[in-house]
Amino acid sequence: MSTSMSTPLSELIVSPAPHITSEATVKTAMRDVVIALMPALLLSLYFFRWQAATVIITCVVAAVLSEVVAVKLQNKPNTIDDYSAVLTGLLLAFCLPPGLPLWMAAVGSASAIIVAKHLFGGLGQNIFNPAHVGRAILLASWPVAMTTWKTPIDGVTTATPMAIIKEVGKLEALGETIAANELMAQLPSIWDLFIGNVSGSIGETSALALIIGGIYLLYKGHIEWRIPGAFIGTVFVLTTLVGVTTGKGLWYPAFHLFGGGLMIGAIFMATDWVTSPITKKGRIIFGIGCGLLTTIIRLYGGYPEGVCYSILLMNCCTPLIDRYTKSPIYGGRVKNA
Amino acid sequence: MSLGKEFTKGIIKENPIFIMLLGMCPVLAVSSSVINGLGMGVAATAVLVASNIAVSALRKIIPDSIRIPCFIVIIASFVTIVDLSVKAYSPALSQSLGIFIPLIVVNCIILGRAEAFASKNGVLGSILDALGMGIGFTLSLVVLSAVREVLGAGEFLGNSLFGAGFQPALIMILPPGAFLALGCLLGLINLKQQKSSQAERS
Repeated sequence: MSTSMSTPLSELIVSPAPHITSEATVKTAMRDVVIALMPALLLSLYFFRWQAATVIITCVVAAVLSEVVAVKLQNKPNTIDDYSAVLTGLLLAFCLPPGLPLWMAAVGSASAIIVAKHLFGGLGQNIFNPAHVGRAILLASWPVAMTTWKTPIDGVTTATPMAIIKEVGKLEALGETIAANELMAQLPSIWDLFIGNVSGSIGETSALALIIGGIYLLYKGHIEWRIPGAFIGTVFVLTTLVGVTTGKGLWYPAFHLFGGGLMIGAIFMATDWVTSPITKKGRIIFGIGCGLLTTIIRLYGGYPEGVCYSILLMNCCTPLIDRYTKSPIYGGRVKNA
Repeated sequence: MSLGKEFTKGIIKENPIFIMLLGMCPVLAVSSSVINGLGMGVAATAVLVASNIAVSALRKIIPDSIRIPCFIVIIASFVTIVDLSVKAYSPALSQSLGIFIPLIVVNCIILGRAEAFASKNGVLGSILDALGMGIGFTLSLVVLSAVREVLGAGEFLGNSLFGAGFQPALIMILPPGAFLALGCLLGLINLKQQKSSQAERS
């Protein structure tokens, strides 16, 4: 490049029309998502007390520190104040069990920021949702600690509703109906599931708080209904079919909607701007794919919960989905292929 | 090129794993512990030296149009010898390496050296080339598997390093750990190469 140019090429902004300016920046968008997570944060602090607070603080601090180190090593402009690392840390903490050893939480944050985000090129370049990569790495590394769940308030070790449902399914498949019914009696009520008074990951238990956050994001225009709608709708339709055909009734789909990580996954993880499709049709396909994979993993897979893996799997399909659902150029010919 | 260079080029400058990215399948699969990596490296080096000698010695009588099948037959013979020897003298290693010993037949480093070097050069050069490449392959495997074993099992060559309180990151000895460790090592090596080539230019 010649040095006589007055403005370096990298400082010119090239963008397609219309050139509307807006107050919205990465920073305000990220800040709004953090605000939307506040109801779930407060309820998790109420239900899981210190066991949640310590993990959340560790995750956020470790994520921000990793971001500082990563941008420093790459000589990139400082991006700490755009809230993206805070958000990743917060979302990761919400997917972890309360009372997880804090050094594991820190390792999860570091792998989310360094491996999933900066090794792929930094903000906006990552293929996979960083928070879910952090969780997947932790689950593969320390499976016992990552599946030790606590009851709300008392903090006693227990099983999650999704794990109970999985065990019930296994017992029924073996024909042991008495044992299955005994286990079913341990399931919490739908209301407890809805407000989050059950065991589970720190921020995933309260469907109510997450839906309030989701409505705020919809109102602010940061997410749109297509991905969460298609995701939750697919899980609902499939589990209703299973519930009806096996004679379980309508509590069964309700458990699948409110019992695991579906709400946080569908509202906050699958809608991540970077790792989800940009076309409207693509978002529907993405949501249905997530719902389908989640249901299959929950019903037939080895794990009781499949939201994390289904979103990660669909993340890597995102470029393909975008490519095949982009609208034809105005005036251009629609290809038949 | 001098004979010394034929030997040393495989170790760093044309390292089969970290520079040429050849033979990735066994590299990713068997590098879960140092002993496996070392066993794989030595087995592949033995096959490589033997096949390079045979190919180089026979290079004038192998018809050009069917040279690849001939190379494969030569390589497969030596792999069979190595496979049976490992089974006989080190059944435990044979058990843990499993299918990857027979799969040395299709390891592209071996066919690659036969095609690119041994079929065009004399026996002595071919031996040095094979030894260099084999040592480069073995060293890289040991480095990669050391990273994975230390982080993923808290051990080195089966000796516990950190005591009972250490909870190793299991993922590093699982398949994703192979990709993570290899990717990070490749990144570091590329970074170093970039820096040294920048230093040369300025």
